Amino acid sequence: MHKSALVLLFFIAGILLMVLTAVDAAVQQDSAMESLGRRTLLVKELGLSDIALFTEARYTRHPSLADRHAAFQDHPVSFDHFPSGSLYLPPRQLVQ
Amino acid sequence: MDFIRKQAYLIDFTLSSLLRRKGKNLGLLLVYTLIVFLLASVMLFTHALRKEASIILQQSPEIIVQRLVAGRHALIPADYLEKIGQLRGVVSKRGRLWGYFYNPSVKANYTVMAPEHLELTTTEVVIGAGVARALGVGVGDYFTLRSDDGNTYSFQIKELLDEDSELVSSDLVLISEKAYRVITGIPEGQFTDIILSVRNPREVRKVAEKLTEKLPDIRPILREEILRTYDSIFSWRQGIVFVLLFGALMAFVIFAWDKASGLSAEEKREIGILKAVGWESGDVLRMKFWEGMIISLSAFMLGYLAAYLHVFYSSAVLFEPVLKGWATLYPQFRLTPFIDGLQLATLFFFTIFPYVVATIIPIWRASVTDPDAIMR
Amino acid sequence: MLITLTDINKVFNQGKHNEFQAIRDISLQIEAGKVTCIKGASGSGKTTLLSIIGCLSRPTSGRVTLDKEVLSGLPERFLTDIRRHTFGFVFQKFNLIQGLSVLENIMLPAYPLSLNHKALKTSAQQLIVHFGLDRVMHNPVEWLSGGESQRVAICRALINKPQILIADEPTANLDTRLSQEFMELIDELRKTGKTILITSHDPVVFDSPVVDRIVEMRDGQILES
Repeated sequence: MHKSALVLLFFIAGILLMVLTAVDAAVQQDSAMESLGRRTLLVKELGLSDIALFTEARYTRHPSLADRHAAFQDHPVSFDHFPSGSLYLPPRQLVQ
Repeated sequence: MDFIRKQAYLIDFTLSSLLRRKGKNLGLLLVYTLIVFLLASVMLFTHALRKEASIILQQSPEIIVQRLVAGRHALIPADYLEKIGQLRGVVSKRGRLWGYFYNPSVKANYTVMAPEHLELTTTEVVIGAGVARALGVGVGDYFTLRSDDGNTYSFQIKELLDEDSELVSSDLVLISEKAYRVITGIPEGQFTDIILSVRNPREVRKVAEKLTEKLPDIRPILREEILRTYDSIFSWRQGIVFVLLFGALMAFVIFAWDKASGLSAEEKREIGILKAVGWESGDVLRMKFWEGMIISLSAFMLGYLAAYLHVFYSSAVLFEPVLKGWATLYPQFRLTPFIDGLQLATLFFFTIFPYVVATIIPIWRASVTDPDAIMR
Repeated sequence: MLITLTDINKVFNQGKHNEFQAIRDISLQIEAGKVTCIKGASGSGKTTLLSIIGCLSRPTSGRVTLDKEVLSGLPERFLTDIRRHTFGFVFQKFNLIQGLSVLENIMLPAYPLSLNHKALKTSAQQLIVHFGLDRVMHNPVEWLSGGESQRVAICRALINKPQILIADEPTANLDTRLSQEFMELIDELRKTGKTILITSHDPVVFDSPVVDRIVEMRDGQILES
């Protein structure tokens, strides 16, 4: 088989797989709706305001409820938590 | 047809040429794919997380009212509910009881709440999946909390919160209001904060304004602010994401500059031969274009596909140790795939274009020189 | 096809401190259908002259004419086209592309012409068989002996069926026996009506009865015709 045909086949396969990821995403989004719905319900019932991604400190666990002093209230000379400190921006309302 | 056939021949030659230095080119492809993989993983992960957060948190309270004393978040008296009174647009209001609890034995921070919607006795507890994992407990087991007066209180685990909802509930510990007040010592008539439901989203700001007028020591936090916080989560402009992106970009610039600043003697000789046997400059350039395309397009496809599998089918397992940081409790969650087409297109452009240009530019001069001059 | 050179000069690195005049005022006619040998020591300018005739480089001044067409002033595209169809070049060091097979090297000049692949492959295979290379057809060229490499270089020069074959010091890397075999191949090609131009300072070549005419060069000029 020609080398150029192999190259073409490879790229077509690649493109098809990439299209497949888009299809997969759409399918999963559909089926995730139910569980997203359950999560949303929990948020509503408990009145949650933040996702539980970084549980090290108050202001990383609930960044949207943090105030200007929250970080310093942990400890007078505390280091910035890693990596949350470098990933999270402080809440918009505090820096605007 | 002729044009296609010609390109096919050029690709034949290009592939033979690439296979000639198999080790070097495979190594190059591997490194390039890895860079694309990292960037695409970060891109897919942060976008999906952001999207999911924004969907789930749509049901957050419209307004959360915090009380500040000397700049610190303080407890809010229950009579503030009366003081808020009948503000127009407020459909419901209630006090929330919640706080943090540190368990030194597993070095984990819990978020303890007294939910209104659950009927719990004073000895029952509902915990999040992350807490259960950290303690190695399940339904029916016992769970203890230490109060601030030194006593230990034992609860029986009534149920575990849905694993599906770990992203929001992983570290939650739910107990009855009575139990909460006993453990924390917060008396009746005080709450951690107050949440308000406002019917019309357009009235939320107005309500917040009126609240601040009525109660000067409170600070309202609006749902739209919460959602905007999460919109800028993992902002590319800062911190580790920026360093990663910048590092990758710099590495690439150095590499491309190195490539563009000259040809090896062997490459020059080869171009001379090609021209001497009758290839035009245009043919040589087209051949080099295909060389650049084959490598960069392969790197892009392989890197992206690997990133997709990494983020959505293995829960971004490579990022977990990085993201976990100091925390002992980390939610196990499977992200729903949300793909940002614009980001993907940007990645595509920046993967393919600079590399192809860097491959063609050094050839330019060689391909327009007389072949005789090149071969001597 | 008659090749005419009129007052050809070639200066390298013009205007720089290492300026060097390789060819001085050469006027020459190469007869069609004959074997012409350009004889001279190293550095006499033979290779440069060959490059100019074969459209691999341009003269600093002067004219190269092919039949009635003036080549020296043509833009690159046209020159490349002529080079492809008219000239077949066999280089002193063969200049085969390492890592490619014998077949691929031979087919190389024809790639940009986008000919039908089957037809091209058939032409190449015919040449391969004719020159006794069928057993090494798919081998990488690094594996070949000196004689085999030269035959591959000749096949490559012939794939586009050129009228004029140019060989630069073809026997420099061959022993006497192979050099004689080479001259036999040249004889065969001459009998098919091709014009052949060889540069050499090897007596096996210029003393061969196959050569119709000898042109001697020294210091960039022609001594005698």
